[in-house]
Amino acid sequence: MADRNRNRQLNQPKDTKGTIRRLLIYIMAYRHVLLLVMLLCILSNVLSLFGPSLAGKAINEAAAGAGKVNFSSVLYYVRRMLLFYVSSALLSYVINVIMMHVGRWLGNRMRQDVFHKLMKLPVSYFDRNQAGDIISRVSYDIDVITTSFSTDLVQIMTNVVTVGGSLIMMLLISPRLVLITLITVPLAVFYTRRMGRITKPLFSRRSAKYGEMNGYVEEMFSGHKTILAYAHEDAVAEDFDAINADAAEYFYKSEYYGMTIGPSVGFINNLGLSLICMFGSILYLYKQVSLGQISSFVLYSRKFSGPINEIANIMNELYSALAAAERVFRLLNEEEEIPDVENAKVLKEVRGQVEIDHLSFGYDPGKIILHDLNLKVKPGEMIAIVGPTGAGKTTIINLLMRFYDPNSGTIRVDGVGSREVTRESLRKAYAMVLQDTWVFKGTVFDNIAYGKEDATMEEVVAAAKAARIHSYIKRLPKGYQTVIGEDGGNISKGQKQMLTIARAFLYDAKILILDEATSNVDTTTEQQIQKAMRDLMADKTCFVIAHRLSTIQNADHILVLDHGDIVEQGTHETLMEAKGFYYDLYQSQFVS
Amino acid sequence: MKLIWKYMKPYLGTISWGMTLKFLGTLGELSLPYILEHIIDTIVPLGKLRPVVLWGLLMIVMALLTRQLNIGANRTAASVARRSIYHLRDDLFRKTVNLSGSRFDAFSLPSLTSRMTSDSYNVQAFMLRIQTLGIRAPIMLLGGIFVTLTMDVALAGILCIMVPLLIFVVFFITLKGVPLYTRVQNRMDDVVRIMRENIIGIRVVKALSKEPHEIRRYEQANDDLMKDDIHAGVIMAIPGPFMQLCLNVGLTLVVYVGALRVNGGQTEPGVILAFLTYFNLILQAVMALNRVFVMYSKAKASADRIGIVLEDLPDQEVIPWTADVKTSATKASELSHIRFDHVSFRYGDDAEDSLTDIHFSLDHGNSLGIIGATGCGKTTVINLLMRFYDAREGRVLIDGRDVRSFPKDDLHRKFGVVFQNDIIFADTLFNNIDFGRNLAKEDVERAAADAQAAGFIGELAEGYDHPAAIKGANLSGGQKQRVMIARALAAKPEILILDDASSALDYQTDAKLRTTLRQNYKDITTIMIAQRISSVMHLDQIMVMEEGKILDMGTHEELLERCDLYRTIYRSQMGSVTNV
Repeated sequence: MADRNRNRQLNQPKDTKGTIRRLLIYIMAYRHVLLLVMLLCILSNVLSLFGPSLAGKAINEAAAGAGKVNFSSVLYYVRRMLLFYVSSALLSYVINVIMMHVGRWLGNRMRQDVFHKLMKLPVSYFDRNQAGDIISRVSYDIDVITTSFSTDLVQIMTNVVTVGGSLIMMLLISPRLVLITLITVPLAVFYTRRMGRITKPLFSRRSAKYGEMNGYVEEMFSGHKTILAYAHEDAVAEDFDAINADAAEYFYKSEYYGMTIGPSVGFINNLGLSLICMFGSILYLYKQVSLGQISSFVLYSRKFSGPINEIANIMNELYSALAAAERVFRLLNEEEEIPDVENAKVLKEVRGQVEIDHLSFGYDPGKIILHDLNLKVKPGEMIAIVGPTGAGKTTIINLLMRFYDPNSGTIRVDGVGSREVTRESLRKAYAMVLQDTWVFKGTVFDNIAYGKEDATMEEVVAAAKAARIHSYIKRLPKGYQTVIGEDGGNISKGQKQMLTIARAFLYDAKILILDEATSNVDTTTEQQIQKAMRDLMADKTCFVIAHRLSTIQNADHILVLDHGDIVEQGTHETLMEAKGFYYDLYQSQFVS
Repeated sequence: MKLIWKYMKPYLGTISWGMTLKFLGTLGELSLPYILEHIIDTIVPLGKLRPVVLWGLLMIVMALLTRQLNIGANRTAASVARRSIYHLRDDLFRKTVNLSGSRFDAFSLPSLTSRMTSDSYNVQAFMLRIQTLGIRAPIMLLGGIFVTLTMDVALAGILCIMVPLLIFVVFFITLKGVPLYTRVQNRMDDVVRIMRENIIGIRVVKALSKEPHEIRRYEQANDDLMKDDIHAGVIMAIPGPFMQLCLNVGLTLVVYVGALRVNGGQTEPGVILAFLTYFNLILQAVMALNRVFVMYSKAKASADRIGIVLEDLPDQEVIPWTADVKTSATKASELSHIRFDHVSFRYGDDAEDSLTDIHFSLDHGNSLGIIGATGCGKTTVINLLMRFYDAREGRVLIDGRDVRSFPKDDLHRKFGVVFQNDIIFADTLFNNIDFGRNLAKEDVERAAADAQAAGFIGELAEGYDHPAAIKGANLSGGQKQRVMIARALAAKPEILILDDASSALDYQTDAKLRTTLRQNYKDITTIMIAQRISSVMHLDQIMVMEEGKILDMGTHEELLERCDLYRTIYRSQMGSVTNV
């Protein structure tokens, strides 16, 4: 299972600059706060510079020697020191908390943007991508970004201030000694960049591997019962082994190189210090500098190189944050559903007339599965679509609802082309019950009322009664307020289906789509539903895809599909008389 | 924490090696300022170039050595973390796929998934840092304290009082952080759950134009996550500045007490100055320690979540089995293959009974159809037979032996099964049918042919190598079901279970499938749950269920004669054409 098709999602070209630019756009939203933080940073740095100098003064007072110390001035400085330290600690707490806030806001916004994006993506995106991999971007990647952001950015800002300050001091002491930093700083920068080229792709791979792992885990856990039933636990665990080993491998590889950066930059700085010592003492021999100057130059160059060291350490985290951001942005860059045309009409007061005009379509442009389909449906008619499995029945639904757009041809509702109206109003014209029923974690009430905001209890109960699930719901421990677990928990498929049928009942639409909707409901119940459905659908257009031919005998029009083409159409009677494909299909259900 | 240690322990040797490297590296790091001080204070004033260059070179060599040692230590740490987390994740995965149905439901799918992923990442980060920062920081701290102690015991005493106090406070806050981060992780579960629901139900969401509603729902969870995360962050941001403050206050005290001691003639002013230098070192170490602590509280929260799964007690013990005299005296073939002995069951203790007093038996090679309204307990019968759940009362027996006495895999290997909500995995069709059992190619193809899947597979360009998409999205409902039936048939199971497995098949295909099953699999004991009477009417026995009870059981003819419900269902399905 190693060469599963999800591998294609990995290893796409990396666009670091673009990623940084987009990240900056996000960050700039908080520029005012960041400016404030910057000011606070400078303030706290200045304070921290005062501390040692005050301590120095206090020590000078003490230096008077035994019995001669002036305690009133020592106390003066000591009090000052306490004041500065307390305010500096408070400041640094405030800065940390602000940045932590900003980081979480940023994460919150990114997670929100990802979700907004998901809502705009075409259905085909979800058919192609694994839920686990998409989720990994929210749970892992964005987490990496925010953590890195709230801790690293403060450090960088503090460091920039310190580096700037120290450089000024160093220049004041001895511009010639500063020349040495012209060797070491570029060396450090060069090294970091070179290592970055090695580690960045590794961090990208690592992120991608985590996505892959998440996808696999999610898929296998969804099939938990099947895996148990086939005693397949070990085999699955072995497959997971390979993916896990891969993920661990890339974790190791990226850290293997990443974790050399810190010590190496540390070394370069120490090299600089030694050089300053040597060069400085030459200058001292030629009476160019004093001993005290060397001493304080070293102190400042330590202050100068410390942050550079820190930044090198941070680089590692930044790389992994960048890799994560890239994955998030790649999702945000996915092509959205084609927007509604300008001046798209809002489909109002739908009558329910549907016309399919020379429609052809294939999920894969090279593989057309619906050829030149034509159909006219009058308001209130019931259209049954039958045919062997894989004949393209579900595809018609995908096109009616505009989950996919046809390669050529048009679908018109009430005479208006489906591309000329807003998607929302088009979809609102349909109510549907799909093959794969969907319930969410929430009360039974919420699940039924899902399609209609502000639905009253009476309406929901009426819909449940119509779907013949009311008595079942009443037997639940908390009735309509019973919370259905994730994935429907222990509700059977049939009950789930009845819930979604009730949902469709409540949803006021002119056109109804039933996609094998009743195939999991026992026939007694189904007949009751059919009766209720007929009442409700008296003036509504209805598309039914069903395999049980007994349920569609009263359809106004039956479409018989085979291999994407309509091979026959007509009413039950005319088709039976024709003794063609439909007749065979019909007869076969009584063979046992 | 015990959990993390358990997984790192096997690499104790490597860890010690890495720690030694880190220890030496940190000593090297400590030696550098010492050498530097020596050069400036002692060598440069000599006014000779040679010793300066020599000492300078020594420093460069030490710096290089330090680099190598640190890199070596870091890499060793990464390698330990890699292996530890690999084993941890492996064990967690194994444990999770082996959880019983009820335990799996109790943890819930999204939560189990995030324990596998984001929680494991938190643990992994901690495993790495504890070996690097976790060594370096204490050494720097102890080294700094040690040096100050050699300079002036009384002054160092002030720091020595400060440090334990500080560590105590930090530790206390860290412990407070653990439940906070646990809550954050749980909030994350909610965010992931909603996202997952939307990914799966995207068609419904779009069809009903519920995007704005879903966005609101998601934003609520997302905001809650942010709030809790910030709440945890605000508290966890305390230790850093607090440590700084403590040490700085300590330093101020040093200056004051130092001045007193200078005045008393007990110490030199220079010592106070040197204190300032080492003090910085200690401060740095303390800050690093703080980072370790923050990481610890996150990792602990995650490790606990993982630990709960790993330590979840096996809820389905295999009970010992000794055949009683009567059973062993009977020949195997005379025993019922499957027997439910007055079985009752409910999902959860406060739920209503899902099955009440189910009592029946099924002989070898016989077939049983189960029919009844939605929610009447048909699937539950299978759940008990395969021991996804344990009966509350009564026993389930296979060949006269309690199912609870079979080792789990032995029991499951007896079955070929297609569930109601069964899934196709993102893999080739061949692998989906073989399903890791290393079956012969002929068996897979035979099963596919019998399941009526050979036809459509043959039409695919890649045939059996055709890759099924995630959850079989590129196959139609009927194709999926046929592949799953092939999976069930491929290993020639003892017992075949088809739970509503042909609902998406058209009648023609369904009829062919039934004929094939009857001809080629007549020795296999079969249980078939169906909605269509035509699927079960030819079976040896048919069980009609209603509200968790057996309403009646018999052959098609018998039931037609005496069971009202069965007759109603039959009439409704066969309609006017019963005479065909």
